[in-house]
Amino acid sequence: MAIELGSVQYRYAGSSTAALGPIDLRVDPGRVVGVAGANESGKTTLCLVATGLAPSVIGGRLDGVVRVDGVDAATLKPHELAQRCGMLFQHASTQLSHTTATVFEEIAFGPCNLGLAVDEVIERVWWALRVAGIEPLAARDPVRLSGGQGQLVALASVLALRPRYLILDEPTSELDPAGTRLVTEALTRIVRETGAGILLVEHKTDVLAQIADKVVVLDRGAVALSGPGAEILADPRLAGLGVESPASVRLERAVRASGLEWPAADGAEVIE
Amino acid sequence: MTVIPRAAAENPGLPEYVIREPSGFYHSLNPATKLCLAALEVVVAFAIPGWLGPGIVLAALLATAAMSRTLRGLMFIGIAALPLVVSIMVVNLFILPGATDPIARLGPLAPTWSGLWFGLMTTARLLAFSSAVALAYLTTPIDDLLADMSRRGLGRRGVFVVGAAVQMVPRTLERVREITDAQRARGMDTEGRIWRRARGLVPLAGPVVFGALAEVEERTMALEARGFTAPGRQTLLRIPADRGIDRVLRRLALAAIAAIAILRITGRMG
Repeated sequence: MAIELGSVQYRYAGSSTAALGPIDLRVDPGRVVGVAGANESGKTTLCLVATGLAPSVIGGRLDGVVRVDGVDAATLKPHELAQRCGMLFQHASTQLSHTTATVFEEIAFGPCNLGLAVDEVIERVWWALRVAGIEPLAARDPVRLSGGQGQLVALASVLALRPRYLILDEPTSELDPAGTRLVTEALTRIVRETGAGILLVEHKTDVLAQIADKVVVLDRGAVALSGPGAEILADPRLAGLGVESPASVRLERAVRASGLEWPAADGAEVIE
Repeated sequence: MTVIPRAAAENPGLPEYVIREPSGFYHSLNPATKLCLAALEVVVAFAIPGWLGPGIVLAALLATAAMSRTLRGLMFIGIAALPLVVSIMVVNLFILPGATDPIARLGPLAPTWSGLWFGLMTTARLLAFSSAVALAYLTTPIDDLLADMSRRGLGRRGVFVVGAAVQMVPRTLERVREITDAQRARGMDTEGRIWRRARGLVPLAGPVVFGALAEVEERTMALEARGFTAPGRQTLLRIPADRGIDRVLRRLALAAIAAIAILRITGRMG
């Protein structure tokens, strides 16, 4: 049981060069795989390929195989894939249906599309609201929310389809620190409560340091670094790949560079 | 046989803010009824000769707007139509073909009485048309309209196209505001004299058009990611009421439209 990308290579329609790959990647349930990389390193393309939206919706050419729980994604229809791999895009506003008056109905949009019984739709909406931590927003107008709230509504909308995996493309890129914290906490809760596997593309390596079990760094469509989160995020090669190290790593380096001990020795005075 | 999709207006699990009973007579009419009434108003305004048609319609619309507390919204839409009204008046006043009854001579230009009356009547008809559509829009929540169309058997793609079209104007205005703010922050002058504002439109047009096109792709993918293309009927959480009075009003409106059409075709309406 996992999302598996085997020797995957993808070219956008009309392009002669591959935007991604060849690449091998695996996302297991209950695990968070973080993806970092400079702009145009193939992060968004990886998300589209992993969810099956590329090439099924946007065209292009895919070589290799994407399997979701052992099933070839190419054999699944978009709505079938949506129930296995939920995708959250960068901009919260483009993910809203713009046809609903309340957050409750916005989250119900996906389950209603599947034609589920009303009782089940309601149960799923309340569950998604609770897991995303936005129950108090249920009656609000979805287009009149802050960036962080909007992204959480979009996340809950995807969750309501009960996918086993979540593919998140820079979900905090438009958010301030408070919004980023809200989304990070929600993701931690989702992994804990649902056991979903998450592929998280994120520029903010502090977020990856908090929740990623494994980190993959992409460079020009290929995997440049891959390994346990703490190890990769402390790798000195990150800067050369256009990725900033997390604040904790930079602090450690600064402390060591100034000749102090890291971690602080027992009995060291804490300066506040 | 028409299959009625599962509905949940009476479902006790639905929160009150989802059920949302509209208040007031006109607001609580079924969306299809309001569309039929709007169609009748447009037909009356254009098909009945002279001032009678647009006169009746404008009076009825103003009364309905006052009753349904949408007069202010209607006035805004009237103001938005001003540039079109002005251009209609200018064109008809000065260059109405065949008009030979000048009001005055202004050098090479001669505004005519016929042009003035024709321009005013065209304006009245245009206002009746835009107000009829606007009143239906102002009194019908978009989700009610879509739910009702879905209930009547329109496919989900058709329903979404209608929804997207209705939402296009406010969404475009929002985008224009965002881009104007961004351009202003980079030093573009968008205030002051008209020519200066007009000049500001050039750098605005590109981002608005191309941004909208780029958004379409992401929105399409986001819809797919939410099971939009799943086969079968969508579940409807709430369905707008369709009462006896709705059915009566719809039948009357459609009968009136048919009668006017027959009278026009047979030449009995002048």
